[in-house]
Amino acid sequence: MNVIELTNITKVYDMGEAQQVQALNGISLSIAKNEYVAIMGPSGSGKSTLMNIIGCLDTPTSGQYLFNGVHVSEMDDNDLARIRNKEIGFVFQTFNLLARSDALHNVELPLIYAGVPSAERKERARKTLEHVGLGDRIHHKPNELSGGQRQRVAIARALVTRPSIILADEPTGNLDSRTGEEIMELFEELHRQGNTIILVTHEAEIAEHAHRVVRLRDGKIESDDRIPESKRKVYAVKKAI
Amino acid sequence: MHFWTEVKEGLMIALAALRANTIRSVLTTLGIIIGIWAVTVMAAGIDYINRAFDRSASAFGTDVMYVEKWPWVSGEDWWTFRNRRNFKVEYADQVERQATLLSAVAPVLNTRRALRFKDRTMDGAMITGTTEAYINASGNTQIDGRFFSAEEASGGRPVCVIGATVKDNLFPDEDAIGKTIRIEGHPYTVLGVFEKQGGLFGEFTSDNRVFIPLHSFRSNFGGRQYVYVQARAISKELLEEAKLELEGIMRKIRKIPPGAPNDFSINQPDLLNNAFGPISLTIAFIGLFVTGLSLFVGGIGIMNIMFVSVTERTKEIGIRKAIGARRRSILLQFLVEAAILCLIGGIIGLLVAFVSVLIAGRVFDLDAVMPASVVVIATLVSLAVGLTSGFMPAYRAAKMDPVEALRYE
Repeated sequence: MNVIELTNITKVYDMGEAQQVQALNGISLSIAKNEYVAIMGPSGSGKSTLMNIIGCLDTPTSGQYLFNGVHVSEMDDNDLARIRNKEIGFVFQTFNLLARSDALHNVELPLIYAGVPSAERKERARKTLEHVGLGDRIHHKPNELSGGQRQRVAIARALVTRPSIILADEPTGNLDSRTGEEIMELFEELHRQGNTIILVTHEAEIAEHAHRVVRLRDGKIESDDRIPESKRKVYAVKKAI
Repeated sequence: MHFWTEVKEGLMIALAALRANTIRSVLTTLGIIIGIWAVTVMAAGIDYINRAFDRSASAFGTDVMYVEKWPWVSGEDWWTFRNRRNFKVEYADQVERQATLLSAVAPVLNTRRALRFKDRTMDGAMITGTTEAYINASGNTQIDGRFFSAEEASGGRPVCVIGATVKDNLFPDEDAIGKTIRIEGHPYTVLGVFEKQGGLFGEFTSDNRVFIPLHSFRSNFGGRQYVYVQARAISKELLEEAKLELEGIMRKIRKIPPGAPNDFSINQPDLLNNAFGPISLTIAFIGLFVTGLSLFVGGIGIMNIMFVSVTERTKEIGIRKAIGARRRSILLQFLVEAAILCLIGGIIGLLVAFVSVLIAGRVFDLDAVMPASVVVIATLVSLAVGLTSGFMPAYRAAKMDPVEALRYE
């Protein structure tokens, strides 16, 4: 079964004065479990809007969105919050960590909203941080960590609820290229471990890591290509991360 | 479980936010501190007045009736009372002889005279001429030494019993019993000292008075003073019947034809309660309203700062929503923060109020205390102020659009 099933999704923004902007214009897209998809497009192509809809941060104006077979397009705020909490792991360009909390608490946060008891929460958060290579940094606050480490905390936060998809929006946009590579390596590892990854980016180089590239233009899908293994940028299977 | 986990998270966020904005939090909390302080001090004051009144009223003796020309409390025309015939000292004996439900009846005459003991003087003490029955016909029975006897009373002996204030004035550091004081030059030997009564009616309690035998009073200070009769019922339960009996006897003595209204008043401490009740209620209402206003202003301060806090943390709200915080969770978070602010303010306000009441008690020598009920109510009120004033900002935070909130810089 497909994790994500979008049919004829449109999104229209009311700008007032009877002025409307059509951000998405009939998007149909299916993403299966354990796919590694890059969504590409120039700015204004609608990729942010699409990401918000896939991530259940926003609802489409029309069209149907099935998430794990469940209708999302008609859900209310609380149901959407629950889906975001349990099924979706967000990774943002600007990390979006809570500045006043340490790494452990940042990673714990989704579990708090999921109602996981304190001891289990701390254990899971700690393990997930170890998993992304930050086992020795769990009590550091974001401003005590490097950009790459911050993004790893954010990835740990996305992973900790064992979501159905990981939704990364320009995850390397605020990182230097070497650190960016490290993060992409981490994503590849996560994919290999069975996670479904959706990467939103405008950088072709980043998209090269994916197994499938969906290009958007003017709110429509321009192309949807599977990338043959030979053309993928694959890291040699290295040490465990 | 889930709810408490979120409350705990809310608490942690709130404390972190308070730490991060210490000065702002202190200033905002100040409004609540002052508000709670004002309300609790006012409540303690009202409580003190009420207790003092109860105590004062009971000093009159709850089962003692005061038969007089004048009523204590009345809305009627002054002239109707003015024209009543004066009372006679003999009434007491006549009532005593006829009554079956009264345990003691005493005539009372009062006058104001200066007192002296050696080189100490006291002006304006109340001199009361009465009989030995007084000790049983009044509310105050606690006495150090003794009251004068029937023989001393009928013989008009130069003896007296003094109140606590009189004792403090004339004998600050020594025993009064056995000493001879002078009331406008006339010597009187002190037989006993009444225990301090205190209260709001200092003039009318025993504190400020000197009791002497009636005969001595009349020969030294004249017999044209205002006379009234104090009578005590044989028991509290029979007070109403005793009052009816007393009324009948008085009508007979005063020869009032059937159907005509009484030309005397039977005053009871309860009447004071009835008169004081509405006054105390009005004082309480106005006092709590005015001080409540300052608490209200404090609440507005909290609301204002919570709006600032919500706006500042728009991004954080976006992040929390993105990772699964529901509206309820966000609402809870900010409500807890506002409640914590107010609760801290409330507790500090209570502590300051507690100290204020303590100091006021010391300085003015009052036994003012902070009633436990006030502490509990003030804590709950500050919590309620926090929740009320925090609600609008918290609601605004809760219904933020996650996409917009995440985009906020």
